[in-house]
Amino acid sequence: MADTLQTAPSFQDMILRLHAYWSAQGCLILQPYDMRVGAGTFHTATTLRSLGPESWNAAYVQPSRRPTDGRYGENPNRLQHYYQYQVIMKPSPADFQALYLGSLFAIGIDPLLHDIRFVEDDWESPTLGAWGLGWEVWCDGMEVSQFTYFQQMGGFDCKPVAGELTYGLERLAMYIQGVDSIYDLRFNDAGVRYGDVFLENERQMSKWNFEVADTDTLFRGFAAAEAECRAAIEAEVPIAAYEQAIEASHLFNLLQARGVISVQERASYMGRVRDLARGSCEAYMAKFKDDWAAKFPGWSA
Amino acid sequence: MSADFLLELRSEEIPARMQAGARADLERLFRKELVAAGITPGAITVWSTPRRLALIARAMPLATQAVHEEVKGPRTSAPAQALEGFLRKTGLSAEQLTERDGVWFAVLEKPGRATAEVLAAAIPAIIRAFPWPKTQRWGAQSLSSESLRWVRPLSGIVALLGGEVVPIDVGGIVSGRETLGHRFMHQGVVTIDGADDYADKLRAAHVIVDHATREAIVRDGAQRAAADAGLVLVEDEGLVIENAGLTEWPVPLLGRFDPEFLAVPPEVIQLTARVNQKYFICRDQAGALANAFICTANIVASDGGAAIIAGNRKVLAARLSDARFFWDQDQKTPLAEQAKKLARITFHEKLGSLADKVARVADLAEALCAVIPGADPVQARLAADLCKADLVTEMVGEFPELQGLMGGYYARAEGLPDAVADAIRDHYKPVGQGDDVPTAPVSVAVALADKLDTLRGFFAIDEKPTGSKDPFALRRAALGVIRLITDNGLRLAVAEGDLLAFFADRLKVQQREAGVRHDLIDAVFALGGEDDLVRLLARVHALQAFVGTDDGKNLIAGYKRAANILKKETWEAQAHAYTPEPAEAALANALAEAGPKVDLALADEAFTQAMAALASLRAPIDAFFETVTVNDADGQKRASRLGLLDQFRAAVHKVADFSRIEG
Repeated sequence: MADTLQTAPSFQDMILRLHAYWSAQGCLILQPYDMRVGAGTFHTATTLRSLGPESWNAAYVQPSRRPTDGRYGENPNRLQHYYQYQVIMKPSPADFQALYLGSLFAIGIDPLLHDIRFVEDDWESPTLGAWGLGWEVWCDGMEVSQFTYFQQMGGFDCKPVAGELTYGLERLAMYIQGVDSIYDLRFNDAGVRYGDVFLENERQMSKWNFEVADTDTLFRGFAAAEAECRAAIEAEVPIAAYEQAIEASHLFNLLQARGVISVQERASYMGRVRDLARGSCEAYMAKFKDDWAAKFPGWSA
Repeated sequence: MSADFLLELRSEEIPARMQAGARADLERLFRKELVAAGITPGAITVWSTPRRLALIARAMPLATQAVHEEVKGPRTSAPAQALEGFLRKTGLSAEQLTERDGVWFAVLEKPGRATAEVLAAAIPAIIRAFPWPKTQRWGAQSLSSESLRWVRPLSGIVALLGGEVVPIDVGGIVSGRETLGHRFMHQGVVTIDGADDYADKLRAAHVIVDHATREAIVRDGAQRAAADAGLVLVEDEGLVIENAGLTEWPVPLLGRFDPEFLAVPPEVIQLTARVNQKYFICRDQAGALANAFICTANIVASDGGAAIIAGNRKVLAARLSDARFFWDQDQKTPLAEQAKKLARITFHEKLGSLADKVARVADLAEALCAVIPGADPVQARLAADLCKADLVTEMVGEFPELQGLMGGYYARAEGLPDAVADAIRDHYKPVGQGDDVPTAPVSVAVALADKLDTLRGFFAIDEKPTGSKDPFALRRAALGVIRLITDNGLRLAVAEGDLLAFFADRLKVQQREAGVRHDLIDAVFALGGEDDLVRLLARVHALQAFVGTDDGKNLIAGYKRAANILKKETWEAQAHAYTPEPAEAALANALAEAGPKVDLALADEAFTQAMAALASLRAPIDAFFETVTVNDADGQKRASRLGLLDQFRAAVHKVADFSRIEG
């Protein structure tokens, strides 16, 4: 990648370029959701905002935590905490693919030098009662993004359909910068590496996730979040309910990392998280559907 | 007057695996719509790329034939409602009908329709009815859940009949003569005049619209790239089609990976290259896996592909590093340790854990050694104990298709005997029709035990296959058992009851391929109690040879005649109190002679000899029917002769139930 090495943006510059690019396309530039989540999709700007008929265009970085992916900072490709760049556009624009390719160009990927391909990859999140059709986007054989047309969210048909893009930022940056280890990524152009920022975090958090986190506290937290979610649904504050659902989801992931959930229990916990997430989406829909139906003739939940 | 029709349905990337089906569906639906409108198209060509489906129909008539049709209505004497119904149906008024012989007739004139008009209605109907495996909605119009569905967003339609645009509007997409070229290697629109310049204009815009041409480019290009590097391509037609379905301008490129990765089993490298990356692999001249891969790019890169190869090499290296990590990691835990984890995995809620299954398979494999020449029961038990252990390894977790194979590698790496490692590796075999059948004794024992246990278990809990439903792949398991037993000539009681009947069904299906008549298998199974498949097939083979001879055909004819008579008659057995006719006596003698011979031959499993002994009855039975009256007025004679026929039938039934034989 001699072509890009000289000019490749640093990690933070890549994010700034994506922000500038998507801002110019009319997206709100939002900040990360301030809760622990496993993927950018969990941000309310994607889940809840993909419900209903109103137009919605947003882009943001979301720190994503996957406790079981922790490798104590020893694996050059895996992290328990990493960043996703998320774009959501509702309704999906007619030129969404072209817009996406423009964003790759903006961060230094020339489509006449690199082989960019849209390879079938449908997306499904049983937890969120959501699915969509789309592709994983390959650049020279590497998956650099997920590209999805949401068809359902929270068990509801998406009307209209939202287009979702998810970029794995570290992987993309490794590719653009031509480095073999995440920790060697140039974070900025002043000599700070990704490892300087996050290596110690990976070591400590891997240890906590796998060895230290008190499982009784986690179990209690799960039960508390579940109860709180139900109370919030009851009180018709679905955003608060949804927050508790993602809290429960993350606590479940931590319990998994601690290895205290058996194979049999696993399905049952996942079912409980799914019920919370879907219940929150249903409550959100219930709260707004009459207003939406009034404002958008022909629309129904 | 005729014209050519061009249709292009442009969309975002169609999954490669769906393109062949979509081409067939497009042609089928197009023909159906035209035939329904009374148009017979000439030759039809259908093409696909990731971004378009195209159809060219040659020599289309410009209009449909005018139709003059007389429709018969109700009798003039029929009630008024009948006439009203007929008028509604034909859209005519009473004055427009004509009467003939007391019956109303309507004359319907259907003028010819312009083909363009037919197409303008047919194409939207085809699009809306298109049977994609999965469809989606998109864009602003998806505010309604009734909005147009397509495999991915549909973005443009070219529809030209004799060069004129056929006006189509489906879900807001309006037809025209403009399309797009290659996503990266062409700027702006491509304007099409008609069917004749379509492929050429797209080629100029870096799109090879004919999938077969792209497939040839991938196939030949990969071969050439391998040959240029002094290597031999591992041919893979599935990859050819997939890569042609992912590209509009395919460019095969060869890259190298670090030879250190060759320490990983070649199957792992091939699988990760093929499944995860869609790369071809190569062998060196000696046949060993080479450290090379061939990817198929979708562009002619400005640097000749160097950056693309470098990028792909890096991705493959990351994948192979993972594989090598799994390979190293898995070997740190002996299979016997891994096997303990099987207790946590449910095989089936009523059949216990995988560890429970393994324990049953081990007992069975050990016991089966008694009927498998050369099989060491200690080795069979060891191999069975470890045969599922690789299911909990990292490698099989990543690549489930490598189950068995990895267990074999790990067993060998642990220093277990080859016979044990081979048995672990091969115990799922044979998997499909064309798959090899294990022949090594220990492998046979474990492979057979694994499948028999599955079959016995699911039959015991009444989870039998029904119709097209066979969630536990029991048909495949039974076929595997049959092939293991018959190919290795194993003598054992395979099953009883329902399961034996299931084997009989599977055997018929399997033997049909080998030209063995299913009715003959039925005829032998109908004797009951035959649970030895080798003996059964030997008998069926001898029977099939016999029924093909003149003796056999005549004997069956004689048998059927005898059986028909016996079916209708009842009689009391009586002693010979009269002088039998010569043919009668001859048949009695022949039966007395043949009976013991058949018994003896059957006891020796000398089925051809048993058939020969039966053949000796042919002349006597023929003569008997020719010269002897069975239904004699003398009750004694009649009973005696029926008794003789009964003996004849019984003798034949020692070999097979001839009533099951068709024809």
